[in-house]
Amino acid sequence: MNIHEYQAKELLRRYGVAVLDGHVAWTPEEAEAAARKLPGPVYVVKSQIHAGGRGAGRFTDDPNGKGGVRVVKSVEDAKAAATAMIGHTLVTKQTGPQGKQVSRVYVEDGCDIKRELYLGLLVDRATSRLTIMASTEGGMEIEEVAEKHPEKILKAAIDPASGISGFHCRKLAFGLGLTGKQVQSFTKFVTALYGAFLELDCAIVEINPLVVTGAGEIVALDAKISFDDNALFRHKDLEALRDDSEMDPKELEATRNDLNYVALDGEIGCMVNGAGLAMATMDIIKLYGSSPANFLDVGGTATAERVTEAFRIITSDQNVKAILVNIFGGIAKCDMIATGVVQAAKNLTLKVPLVVRLEGTNVELGKKILAESGLAIIPADNLADAAEKVVNAVKKAA
Amino acid sequence: MAILVDENTLVMTQGFTGAQGTFHAEQGIAYGSKYVGGVTPGKGGTTHIGLPVFDTVAECAERTGANASVIYVPPPFAADAILEAIDAEIPLIICITEGIPVLDMVKVKRALSGSRSRLIGPNCPGVITPEACKIGIMPGHIHRRGSVGIVSRSGTLTYEAVAQTSAAGLGQSTCVGIGGDPVKGTDFTEVLEMFLADDETKSIVMIGEIGGQSEIEAAEFLARENKGPKAKPVVGFIAGATAPPGRRMGHAGAVISGGKDTAEAKMEAMRAAGIHVADSPAALGSTMVKALKG
Repeated sequence: MNIHEYQAKELLRRYGVAVLDGHVAWTPEEAEAAARKLPGPVYVVKSQIHAGGRGAGRFTDDPNGKGGVRVVKSVEDAKAAATAMIGHTLVTKQTGPQGKQVSRVYVEDGCDIKRELYLGLLVDRATSRLTIMASTEGGMEIEEVAEKHPEKILKAAIDPASGISGFHCRKLAFGLGLTGKQVQSFTKFVTALYGAFLELDCAIVEINPLVVTGAGEIVALDAKISFDDNALFRHKDLEALRDDSEMDPKELEATRNDLNYVALDGEIGCMVNGAGLAMATMDIIKLYGSSPANFLDVGGTATAERVTEAFRIITSDQNVKAILVNIFGGIAKCDMIATGVVQAAKNLTLKVPLVVRLEGTNVELGKKILAESGLAIIPADNLADAAEKVVNAVKKAA
Repeated sequence: MAILVDENTLVMTQGFTGAQGTFHAEQGIAYGSKYVGGVTPGKGGTTHIGLPVFDTVAECAERTGANASVIYVPPPFAADAILEAIDAEIPLIICITEGIPVLDMVKVKRALSGSRSRLIGPNCPGVITPEACKIGIMPGHIHRRGSVGIVSRSGTLTYEAVAQTSAAGLGQSTCVGIGGDPVKGTDFTEVLEMFLADDETKSIVMIGEIGGQSEIEAAEFLARENKGPKAKPVVGFIAGATAPPGRRMGHAGAVISGGKDTAEAKMEAMRAAGIHVADSPAALGSTMVKALKG
């Protein structure tokens, strides 16, 4: 789960991570009031959306105007900047061309920036440890740094038994070229951030840029937090930070039904059990000359109700010209899936061809249910057969 | 001979009296595996599906002689269950549970180092040596005892490889689902090492996915260790060639793997290591048949 910058900063402040003073504002008037509460004389007004590249982004109604992050020098200008942002659609290189509507802004204290650095925390698969990454290339996307200057990414892996230690921080600080008081300030910052990561069960925390101020302080200028969805059961309070408007409506509906769904732009709707098989099904559809409309892992404990819900989501996509159900039952039972498919096809009066491949646990029972349903379901014997039949069905319909 | 599990494996179940633990223990017993008991804290001293229930893993192991434990405990308590099995020095721990917090697994992984236990999973289908021992959630009937060793990150894709190698008349020595989580007990290279040393395994199917770089490390391992006249043919597949970049893993997730985590990069590394890469997930069996003919 992702959250907004202002929410991330509020959380980090609680854990003793140095962030600038600021307030969220839902209207231009609130933005003005927020600026008045800050010392000034410089303020930064920042559009709050779940996407990076806001500063370089542009609003759809003012493509040649200023970006989604603006530095202003009076409370009146803070209000004006908020007026230009709230209710308007911001397009950045991470939002896609349709952009995202800004519903709120964060008004923050200005800052005397001497250097911009990068800091990221995540669990590294290779070492199975929480790893701190740092780079002198603040403000740049870390992928770009990794591609062009991999030697500029410093890493420190933390042993969970002993936790973070001074030497981890010093290693990174000296690697970043920090000196004197900056090293202590950095150590304090990183140690607090590590604590927040563990306490909040984060998946990724990125501070980009992390700035060194003229006074030698280390402060987070931006903050991005993504939580480990598997650990949200321990953090009921974090649920309140979820912003549903940031999600694709179909993906939101899927999440509510415990389905793992990702919308894509192809024409064949897929319902599969298991993430690996779901990806492989997408791959084979491509191999046979068509393209998948979605990734959908219906999971191991699929009930007839969840299968119906999955069908509802798949068919709500106007681009879907045929549906492929590919189930290799282990924990999932074919008869259960078949019952769900028949129910869904009847309830939703399915208008597109439906190819179903069943294999594994209770397969004979499942096939019987499909055959006796009286529905025009195209049965398939194996993965290749299924892919061929569904792609042909789309071609025939065209 | 096979690897990890065989006719002599004595299996205990953690989360024994729950719906999953019960169903899959019954399936395992029906398959002919030796299930000896289980653990559900608070229900010690009772009997469940004809087997003794204990309060702790240590007691269950001591009384039944179990040398493998399978875990069906729900995600909030699964890491604790694994740690208890490590503490009881169970040689083989197989965790089926999906959805364990990643920081819990970071601790588990640390506890495994220097321990007497090997962990398979979590978030995996389990391990099966056909016609000898089935531990996990895989459908037993698709397996045939034979010569192909299968190792995979994906549960259902493992079944696909099993069905295809069974249909090709080859059968399987042992199938190991290592699980799809970023932090797991056992990775490709360790399983491949066991397969190379196993006489019954004459060839290997290895199924990976996008994300991480363990397939690349495994390919490099095979290039080093699996050569000469005794080399075993290896067929590989990577799922996710059509997955949009950046959707499955977070922003910084890709970076730390050095950009080597795409399907393309992994397949390239596999080919460079002499692995026969199947272009379609439906061609695992046929690619193996071709590879065996040389």
